[in-house]
Amino acid sequence: MASIGIPANQAPKLNYLNNGHSLKSWLLTTDHKRIALLYLISVTVFFFLGGFFAMLIRLELLTPQGDLMQADTYNKVFTMHGMIMVFFFLIPVVPAVLGNFLVPLMIGAKDLAFPRINLLSWYLYITGGMIFLHCMLTGGVDTGWTFYTPYSTAGTNTNIVEAGLAIFLAGFSSIFTGLNFIVTIHRMRAPGLTWDRLPLFIWANYATSLVMILGTPVIAITIVLVAVERLFHLGIFDPGLGGDPLLFQHLFWFYSHPAVYIMILPSMGVISELIACFARKRVFGYKFVALSSVAIAVFGFLVWAHHMFVAGISLYAAMIFSFLSFSVGVPSAVKVFNWTATLYKGSISYATPMLYAFGFIGLFTIGGLTGLMLATIGIDVHVTDTYFVVAHFHYVMVGGVLMGYLGGLHFWWPKMTGRMYPEAWAKLSALLVFVGFNLTFFPQFILGYVGMPRRYWQYPPEFQALNVLSTAGASILAVGYLLPMIYFVWSLRYGKIAEANPWSAAGLEWKTTSPPPTFNFDETPVVTWEAYNYDEIPPWERRAPVAR
Amino acid sequence: MHDSQATTSQATVQVTTAEHEAHNPALVHQFADAEQQKNAASLGMWLFLVTEIMFFGGMFCAYLIYRLKYFNAFAAGSQSLAIKWGAINTAVLIASSVTVVLAIYAIRFGRKKLTVAFLVVTVLLGFVFLGIKSIEYTDKFREHHVPGANFHFTENFDDNGKQIPVNPNEVQLFFSLYFAMTGMHALHMIIGIGLMSTLAVLTWRGHYSAEYYTPLENAGLYWHLVDIIWIYLFPLLYLISRHT
Repeated sequence: MASIGIPANQAPKLNYLNNGHSLKSWLLTTDHKRIALLYLISVTVFFFLGGFFAMLIRLELLTPQGDLMQADTYNKVFTMHGMIMVFFFLIPVVPAVLGNFLVPLMIGAKDLAFPRINLLSWYLYITGGMIFLHCMLTGGVDTGWTFYTPYSTAGTNTNIVEAGLAIFLAGFSSIFTGLNFIVTIHRMRAPGLTWDRLPLFIWANYATSLVMILGTPVIAITIVLVAVERLFHLGIFDPGLGGDPLLFQHLFWFYSHPAVYIMILPSMGVISELIACFARKRVFGYKFVALSSVAIAVFGFLVWAHHMFVAGISLYAAMIFSFLSFSVGVPSAVKVFNWTATLYKGSISYATPMLYAFGFIGLFTIGGLTGLMLATIGIDVHVTDTYFVVAHFHYVMVGGVLMGYLGGLHFWWPKMTGRMYPEAWAKLSALLVFVGFNLTFFPQFILGYVGMPRRYWQYPPEFQALNVLSTAGASILAVGYLLPMIYFVWSLRYGKIAEANPWSAAGLEWKTTSPPPTFNFDETPVVTWEAYNYDEIPPWERRAPVAR
Repeated sequence: MHDSQATTSQATVQVTTAEHEAHNPALVHQFADAEQQKNAASLGMWLFLVTEIMFFGGMFCAYLIYRLKYFNAFAAGSQSLAIKWGAINTAVLIASSVTVVLAIYAIRFGRKKLTVAFLVVTVLLGFVFLGIKSIEYTDKFREHHVPGANFHFTENFDDNGKQIPVNPNEVQLFFSLYFAMTGMHALHMIIGIGLMSTLAVLTWRGHYSAEYYTPLENAGLYWHLVDIIWIYLFPLLYLISRHT
């Protein structure tokens, strides 16, 4: 990657990519931009691995009977899909790739506050990932990504402890990323960059980091307790010994519900950047959008038991958690309405990142509204553990998080690599992802509503038509994800050389060269303007910023 | 835009950075000055302590729930613990926190040898704590109070010799939590001892001075947190219903 060809007629400026070409200069780097690329490569590997398991699931569900695999294998396949996608892709993807690259650039800092801890966090992630791969290759785990006790502590004979260790390490990687971001955002902003001038991507990553450092330790100790219970026969969650499996579910969801905000919040931050840039306007209600990130992070900690409405919690507790779950809808809606209001009278251009942003708004709205349906106790009891739930969280996690990530990756690709991606191919893939996604997951809403349960390898024949649609959609989606992979790699050598600011975008990251020098800025910038000052950009620079 | 203003302040920033870099070898590249670096390190450490509190919080939460549910069993289990050793260990840890404070106080005046001496005493007190803990653990093994197949509990009498009716499984749960919580605390003590020993060596080699001692201060914060967790563990585990 370091050997991007630069035309001979241009003087090769020293930047973070050509500042050292050895393997050591990458594996022992403390440069946040290089670490972001290390993460980019590793999360991409895990994404396609998790996607491979998703394809196995969709292939098996093409027909009502179990023909590709039987129950035991199927259990392991959906567990591997879930664990890889949640812990090794969705949680690190936006903060560790885009956040790592952009947080120091956007606040005018030379690096994160603790560069070596940043590198450590990548190594923890990789070590966890390797242990998980070993666990996968030696038999995998069949509990579902949720590790529910007592099955995980006394029932299954698969390698829970090893998978737990892998996730424990990945968790600490995420804690250190969050800690680094919070300290960096508090202590290292450029002179003049006050809190109400921060880009919304920074606000979103700040809120995410709060969830990371407050939630992740709880899942860590929960995994430790599950492991010691298996290894030393303690009875903390074992009903046979007086323990309470519900306690496990409470501790698990105390992290794992906020974890979905770790995934979605940074993507929401990306969308704010994209909408502002391609509508050429300051985000409507900047302060509300900024604080809604923090509100989502705070409310997110108070709703976990809505995963447990049928698990035997008291009706009164369920009612309170139902109400609190609805309250998360308020800050989420603030974001969607404010993005929409930003578009009003904006000078909109339809570059690929903007297409992803539009896709995000639509899919997140569906995912969010079905979330409100699930927060309603009566509906939740009806559709618990059906494909309705599966469709809902895929609309948020894939429709939301992944659209935001891909939009952001296209938007900042010129900054990261110094090359433009091919716009026509990118638009095609955005279209394929949108169509493929809806075709995959919309039928699952219907399937779930009419009663198809999740996590089974076979189903009654009357569900087949919708399942075939879903599998067909998954194939289109797969093409939509493979295309960017191919043309991004292609663009590293053949893409058009990117200017410092190809989108005429506001934001400090565009004021340095593409790709940036190792310490980001030749001189520490001094900020005297508000975020998204698009009305201050001279008219002749306010052209529709679409790459050809 | 706003060119003149920006250039002047930038110039100032550049100059200050250069000055500090010339004077302070401990300043790393991403920070503008030593104060920013110290503030960042300190905030980072406090955030890390927050994650530690959340980490132990999971176990405290489990403890709270089971204690409310199985109070008699928890009281019986608690009363079979050796209050003498627990109390001595509490005193040992408080003393070790004092020596950490004294070590940091000493380095502020540049008293290198005194700092090392206090750090060594801290490490020794840490070992005393772990030694006493291992005596307690050995006793638990001998008394069959370790959860598992060999668990027996017949000590269900209060201090006045009156029998308390308890379910052995519930007492086993108490001991599960006892070992999980004190075990995790002991692991943090071991890490702390490693940390303090390293810092003692680094101080001896002259890495820290009255101007720069941030790692000592942050390690001290960690040590105090581990200490405070014990201050909570002691009454929660050893002192249930001792007064009746």
